[in-house]
This record gives sequence, structure tokens and C-alpha cells, in this order.
Amino acid sequence: MSNVDVILKEGLAALDAVTDLVELEQVKARFLGKSGALTELLKQLGKLSPDERKTAGATINAAKQAFEARHNEVRDGFNAAKLAAQLAAESLDVTLPGRGATPAGLHPVTLTLERITSLFATMGFEVADGPEIETDFHNFQALNIPENHPARAMQDTFYVEGGDVLRTHTSPIQVRYMLDHQPPIKIVAPGRVYRVDSDATHSPMFHQMEGLWIDQNVSFADLKATITEFLRRFFERDDMQVRFRPSFFPFTETSAEIDVLDEQGRWLEVGGSGMVHPNVLRNVGIDPEKYTGFAFGIGLDRFAMLRYGVNDLRLFFENDLTFLKQFN
Amino acid sequence: MQFSEQWLRSRVNPSLSTDELSYLLTMAGLEVEDVTAAAPAFTGVVVGEVKECEKHENADRLRVTKVDVGTGELVQIVCGAPNVAVGVKVPCALPGAILPGDFKIKPTKMRGVESGGMLCSGKELGVPDEVDGLMLLPADAPVGQTIRDYLGLDDSLFTLKITPNRADCLSIRGIAREVAALTGSPLAAWDIAAVAPQTDSKLAVAIADNAPCGRYVGRVVKNVNAAAPTPDWMKRRLERSGLRSISAIVDITNYILLEQGQPMHAFDLGKINGGITVRMAAAGEKLVCLNEKEVALTPDLMVIADDQQPLAIAGIMGGLDSGVTTASRDIFLESAFFQPEAIAGKARALGFGSDSSYRYERGVDFALQTEAIERATALVQEICGGEAGPLTETVGQLPQRSSVTVRTARVARVLGVALAAEQIAAIFTRLGLAFEQNDAGFVVSAPSFRFDIEIEEDLIEEIARVYGYDNIPADAPVAAQTMLPQPEGLRVRSEVRRLLAGRDFQEIVSYAFVEEKWERDFAGNANPVRLINPIASQMSVMRSSLIGGLVDTLAANLNRKHSRVRVFEIARVFHKQADGSVQQPEVVAGLAHGGRVEEQWGSKAERVDFYDIKADVEALLYPRVAEYRKAAHPAFHPGRCAEVLLGGAVVGVLGELHPQWVQAYGLTNAPVLFELAVEAVEQVGRVQLAAVSKFQPVRRDLALVVAEDVNAAAIQLAMKAAASAFVRELALFDVYRGKGVDEGKKSLAFRIVLQAADRTLVDDEVEQAVAAMLAAAEAAGAALRA
Repeated sequence: MSNVDVILKEGLAALDAVTDLVELEQVKARFLGKSGALTELLKQLGKLSPDERKTAGATINAAKQAFEARHNEVRDGFNAAKLAAQLAAESLDVTLPGRGATPAGLHPVTLTLERITSLFATMGFEVADGPEIETDFHNFQALNIPENHPARAMQDTFYVEGGDVLRTHTSPIQVRYMLDHQPPIKIVAPGRVYRVDSDATHSPMFHQMEGLWIDQNVSFADLKATITEFLRRFFERDDMQVRFRPSFFPFTETSAEIDVLDEQGRWLEVGGSGMVHPNVLRNVGIDPEKYTGFAFGIGLDRFAMLRYGVNDLRLFFENDLTFLKQFN
Repeated sequence: MQFSEQWLRSRVNPSLSTDELSYLLTMAGLEVEDVTAAAPAFTGVVVGEVKECEKHENADRLRVTKVDVGTGELVQIVCGAPNVAVGVKVPCALPGAILPGDFKIKPTKMRGVESGGMLCSGKELGVPDEVDGLMLLPADAPVGQTIRDYLGLDDSLFTLKITPNRADCLSIRGIAREVAALTGSPLAAWDIAAVAPQTDSKLAVAIADNAPCGRYVGRVVKNVNAAAPTPDWMKRRLERSGLRSISAIVDITNYILLEQGQPMHAFDLGKINGGITVRMAAAGEKLVCLNEKEVALTPDLMVIADDQQPLAIAGIMGGLDSGVTTASRDIFLESAFFQPEAIAGKARALGFGSDSSYRYERGVDFALQTEAIERATALVQEICGGEAGPLTETVGQLPQRSSVTVRTARVARVLGVALAAEQIAAIFTRLGLAFEQNDAGFVVSAPSFRFDIEIEEDLIEEIARVYGYDNIPADAPVAAQTMLPQPEGLRVRSEVRRLLAGRDFQEIVSYAFVEEKWERDFAGNANPVRLINPIASQMSVMRSSLIGGLVDTLAANLNRKHSRVRVFEIARVFHKQADGSVQQPEVVAGLAHGGRVEEQWGSKAERVDFYDIKADVEALLYPRVAEYRKAAHPAFHPGRCAEVLLGGAVVGVLGELHPQWVQAYGLTNAPVLFELAVEAVEQVGRVQLAAVSKFQPVRRDLALVVAEDVNAAAIQLAMKAAASAFVRELALFDVYRGKGVDEGKKSLAFRIVLQAADRTLVDDEVEQAVAAMLAAAEAAGAALRA
């Protein structure tokens, strides 16, 4: 065995015996460092004849490559083990919950309101708003409900000092909007309304939304189509049966209650509607000969109850977090 | 309005089932709220007459009867009722009968004696009466007839919700007229003949000039038997209409009200002094009404008076003293038309009304008075006897019916369906509306029973109603397409709500009317907007702040064992102004209480504090940066409260609840709250793009020591004022107290980032700029930290 083979064998054995990276580099230095064993052999090549030098050089280089290859192998092994150990040490319980705050949510009536206003926005209805303490004019007289009209008994009114009222419906928003705008008018008006009434199905404060579309040729057929479309989209039931039933409201003429057929086959009243009464249009300075239009009103609380299966209206106003958080 | 289906069908009988009739009425605008059977289902019960009645040999309480049930053979039935006796007519259930509750009748033996049926009580048939024992039938009940036919039990009670415009349907006559119009079925008219006077007795009637009485028809009937019993058929119809039988004459007036829709009143003639005057009440007059309430009459009330005093409030209620009783011998019948406007609202003002006022304020057929009183007279004579006097009619101001024009083209435009003139004419004919036709449409005269046909739209509605709303198409509308405006500079409500929900605030909705105390405690408002008729004393004033509702929600949820509560609300608040007007701005308010985050493994349990909520406020206003100024506010801890300013104007407040309210409102520890004007939160503004510098920024930090009571913002503002144009950022990043900083002082560390848009800054520029800012800080009371 040549000297080279002996050194290589010794070197490989040393590499195999190392226990860490520090030792590995020490072994490398011992064989390939400035005065390492293999380096020393290379230094002595100069003393040989050209032919011998060629042969011996090739042999030594082969040994050097073999040593380096084994060195890299051992080093990679240590690095891999080190990384594996680090990864193992850093392992997390991924099932622990995330840190920090979780979001809360919106009130079910708001969810309903936003859903409805966005549905109407797709048909070009803008949202309008107005005050909740209203004048008798805006809440009643402009809507064709004079003093002592039997319809006033239909809505028990809260009065504030000075004679104004808490609006009993969202219709005064329409009145204000019509006073400020000429047709075409296409709005929905959601908001809080107030009536002197309190039991499982009545709250002294509740939510309504009214819609109004006035233009040159808006007809009762358009009313039927718009509301039917809305109800089917809101309840996500394309085959929902909707019926329009003659009724009376002082502010509409050709008035209709809106009923839907529920899944148990019962007709449920969900709102009122009708062609805007010409007196109302005249009261707000719109020419009823030139323009026609329809209005409708729905109870947002009632829609929320139907949509989410809530059976007691009072739950909406008790603000019990256990109730509210279910809508998040 | 409740009525018996049989009664209606006695005048108009379309070939429709009960359900179909109900649907027809509902779809014609006479909403059927309820239909109930007059009696539960049962079969096999007939009128029986007890012919023999012997004691049962084996049972003291039982009788063995022989009953004639019209078959020619007597049936032996054992009976235990106390009132069984020979000669009584009673309901008899024969073998095969099924009584309510699926109780089957079979031949049986009772204590050894054959029994071929059962004699029934009212209760057993589901039509309870007041008799203890068997239901006793009148002596003329036809033996063998089924009890259902005899008592008319195959009947349904309809309850209609009549809208205020359809007073014409507040009677059998009106509903029958409507059903005939809708179905085309023939209507059996009332053949009301005039009663020939048998006495000259009459009362003089005068209508005062200012009394809104259109017609007053009166008649004296002498020598009546007011104690006569009301016939069963009338009692049954009254009861099935929800009215109790009182006495024959009162029942007759009620019957006319239900049948004809004409309110009537019967006076005891002996209690009337002199003649009758219909006039306005004089101030100071009083009347005890039939409901035993004493009313102080006011001059806006119309009364029926004799020569001495008011006897009745016209159209609303009779007086207790002058009303007919079973002891009355001579009576005076009234059948009048009062103007709806004269009665409207009066019942509400008085606090009580009647079936009469309900009809009068909506409008009674003003052509009906004479017919009604003739029919009433005939019934009085039939039931109570007596001699009728001549009828006296006094006419005042009657409603004028002007003709109404309806254009065929307008009908099509409003309804969206083109109806031919012939179709419209046919509808008017069915409704009994007289009309003249011309090229453009129709000129229609409303009948005296309709008070809701004044303008073209009223007729269009009638056309739609009879044509059928269901038959009007619902094709998708065709309209000019426009897009809705979307102002980019405005943060819409839904974004505000979602921003807060995303920051762990749950939305609530609380009442706008609150306890007056809340206004004092949380808003320092001694003069809130007060309700005149609150539903409860703790809901008596309109809130000027949402804080009370949030604190109340916190307290309620703490009671429900929620320890961490974070809630917000967006609503209008109400501020009374000096001139009495009310400002109603929308505000957004939030409350946080308990842990900063839900108790969890990875975060320290720390209570939410002022600065947490301030971050929420900053986020709400972002990208606008508000100024925060220490403020005094009744709701908040005086040292932990700031008002929020934008552009120098106060837009809201935030703070920790005052310890005294924490205690007073039963809270465990202080929540932190904010309240901001929605108007301020909405304004986001459009992006104003600045050039992005390509040159290196330079950062310098300054640690400045100030006294504890110096606000960080004061130092920062001073530095900002002294900053060069190329100071891009100035921010506080640390506050330190402790080692190295004297007691009573704090160290504020600021980050200054300098960057020019057009060049790399040289050291001199940077050092000068920082020095200038430091000098400004020192002038404001800060010292460079050693």
C-alpha cells in the first residue's frame, strides 16, 4: 500500500469518527490544511521526475477528492441533523387558538337592513334618511292624514313637548325627499319608528323601511314586479308566491297589502304598498298629472324575524350578547 | 266586524265554499282575519220530545225515558240529568251519532236497562248554555229535525278587518252588496214596507243651524211590551256577531245596526221633556252615558237634547237616564245621519266609543235612515207590540256627491294594464256605480253609501279591485338606467359598522327614550326633550347621548354573566335648542369593559384602558388625525377624559366612566367609552398623492425629559412647528419613567425621519433641523435626556 493510500485511509477513518462540526474542521485541517498530510504529499511532488510527478499527482488528487467528498458528506449529515433538531425543537401545537381579538358583529336588524338596501341599490334605489322627531305636517298632513282622520287611530302616536311627534312610520322621509327633489325619484328610506304599543309582537320602537319610485309612467304593474322580485331575492326563493291584496292607506290610492306564502302554506302579511295618492304628490309640489309612482313599507324587524327564525320581537331590543353574537 | 256566514248567505248565496268566500273577501280588500265554526263537528243528534219518564229501578239518580224522535216509534233512553221531565224537548243523540271529541253513541245497557241513545246538554254538543243539565229547546221545536239544522249550527263566524274607507261594509247589507258585485250572484233585497201609523203621537224635532246633522228620522211607538223576550233567531244572529242580548228593544236597535249598518237609538218617551233638538253642547253641560261615565260636555260635541237637557251624545252614546229599559211603555226611536267629520276623533277624545261612533265617523249611508226605522218599527211591533206613530223626518245639511271623471287612458297608465272601456263599464255596473260614458272615459256618481269615491284614483282602485290585483301583470319594469352616486370621500354607515365590528365591538339597538336620570348623569342634560305620553316613566325623555344605553347594556350583560362586554350603537340623539327646536344628529358610540382580548392562553390578562379605546377612535377617524384635549364631562373620570377635535371643532368625547357611576350603576369596574358625531366619522376625504422621494431617509431619535403634567402633544406640536420642510415624520415612540429620570418627570422619545424629495440630505442640514426642533421642545419645557 502506498503512502497515499495509507494517509487516505487514515483520513477517511478520522472523518468517520468525528462527533461534531468543530472536530470535522479539525480533521480537515489535519489532512488538507497548510501543513496537512495530503498537502505535504503535494508539496513533495516537486522532487519527483516529470513522469513520476504526473502519476503521483493524479493519485494524490484522487485521494484529496475522495477525502473532500467524504468530508462534505459528513458535514451535510451534521447540518441536516442540526436543522432537524432545530425544527423538532421549534415545533408548535398548531391546534392552540390564534392570538388576539376576534371580530364581533352587527345587529340582526342591521344585517337585514343592509341586505335589503343593497338589493334595492342594484335596481337603482338610493338610501334616504330623515329626523325621528317629526312635525305633524310631515308625519300626517302631507301624507293625506288630516286631524281626526280615523287612520290616526291606526297608529298610536308618541308626542313630544311642543306638539311634534315621534315619527310613526318612515313615510315622512319620503315627504322630505320629495319636497327637495323632482322626479325621477327612486329611494328607500329605512329607520327607527315609534308607536305607543308594547307586547311580544309590538315594540314601542321598531324599524321600518319604505321605498318610493316616482317617474312619468310608473304603474301598479311595476309595483308588483319590483316587490315580487325583491321578496324572491331577499328570501332566496325564486318560486316564492307573493300576493297583493286590496287595502287602505291614506297616502296611497290603489293600495295593497303584500302577503307571501310561507313554507307551511300560510299567507303572511309582510308589508303595505300602493300608488302614491295624488294629494300627497300635490302636497310636495309634484304634478300628479305628469308623474305617477308607487310607495311601499315593510317592517325590518319582521323581515329579520322571518329570515332568522326569531319568534319574539323583544329579543332585538334586549341586547343580550348571547343572542346577538349568534349573528356574527 | 264579525258576522254569521248563514246570515250573509240568506241575502246572497254564491256557489263558493266557506274557504272560497273567505278568499274572495280578503282579495277584495275586506280582509278576513278569522273564520271559526259556530259549533264543533258532530252528527246524529235530533230534536226529541220526552214522552215518558220513570225512575230507574236499580239507580236513584237515573231516569228511564221514552223519547219521540219523529220516527213513529218511541226510543228508550236512560238519562241522569236533573232537568229531564215529561214534555221537554231536548237534543237526542241516536245510535251511530258521533259527538264532539269523537264520542260514539251506541245502544247500551245501563244498570240492566236498555238505552238507545243519549239526551244531550249544550256542553256535550260544544255549544255551552247556562242550563244545568239537558239543553232545553223551545216547545215549537220540530221533533225529528237534526239539531244542527234546527239551531243553525252549520255556520261559520267571519271576522273582517274593515279598513277606514269601507264603512259601507260594516253591515250584512253592505257585505252582501259587495259579494253580489264581486260574484254576480243575485242579491235578495230587503222589502221594507212603511208601517202605517196607529197613533198620532210624535215628537217635534229641530236641528240647530250649526249642528252637523244631515237627517234625523224619529218615531214614537206607544204601549210596547219592552220586557218581551228577544226571539231566538235574533239572539243567535247577535251572538254570532259578538253582541250580547240585552233586552228586546235594545237588541232590535243593535240588530238594525248589524243588518243595515244604520246606528239607532231608542229613548224612553216618558223621560223626554218636550221636543228634540239636535244641537252643539253648551259649556258646563253634563251627561251620564250608558256606560255610566259622566261626561263634561264641550261645545265641539253634538248632542240630542230635549227642552231641558242633553239626552245623548249624538252618534256616540245615549244617556243612562233617557234610554229605553224593560220597564219602558212608550218609546222614541231615532235613526239619524251625522256628518262623519262631526264624530271623527270624538270617541278618542272621550276615551270611549261605540259601534255607532265607529260607523258614523267612517260614514253611514245617508239615504238609509227611513228604511232602517221602518224595519226597526216592524220588528218592535212583531216582538213587543205597540202602536206606531207617524214617522218624522228632519233634514239638515246632507253630503253632496259630485261626479267623478275617470279616463280610460289614465287607468292603463296607473295600473299598467290596458282595460277596454267595456270592461270598465261592466265593473261600474256590478258595483252599482251610476255612470255616463264618453270618448275619454266615464263620469261616475258615487252612491250614498260610499264615502271613498271622490277622485279619479278612487275609481281606478275600484276598477283594479274588481278586475283583480292578481290579474294585473308583474312584468319587470322598463326604465332609464342610471348608476347611483358613490362618493369616495365618504365612509358609508355600513363601513363604520363593519370597522367597529372588526375591532370586536358588537352592535346593539337600544331605545331612544330613556330614564331622565341617565340624561342628568351621563350628559349633564337637565332639559331633555320630554315625551307627553311615555309608555313608562323610565322611557320618558329622548336621549341626547347613547352612553346611558351602553352602560345599561353593560349592566344587563354583567348580570347575565358576561364579564367582557364590547358594544356599540349608531343612532340619532336629540338636543333641545334654546328656541325649542330639536337638533337630531346621528352619533356613534362604543363601550369596552373587561379584558383587552378574550381571556386566552397567549396574551396576558389585561383590562382594556383609555388608550385602547383611543386607538379605536383613531381608527374610526382615520386617515384624519384628530386633536385630543383633556376635558370635563359628567359621564367620565375627570383625569381620564378627552374631547376629540377635528379642524378645531369638537366632534366627540372619550373617557373612562366616572367612578361614582361605576358604583351607582352596579358595575364591577369602569368601562371606557367613546361617542363621536357620525358626520365626522363619515369624512374620509380623497387621496392627495405626494411625490415619492428616491433619496435616502435619515432617522434621528430625541429623548426629552418633561414634567409629568406636560402633555406629549404640547411638545410634539412645538417641535412640529419648528420642523424643516424635509422633516417627513415626527412620532412619539416611547414614554419612560424610572431609573435615570427624576421623580415627577417622564422621558418622551421621538422619532424624526428626514428626507428631501430632490437630493440626499447632508449632515449639516440634518443636524440643524434636529437642533431647531430640540430648541423648540426646550422652549416648551423639555430637556434633552442626559
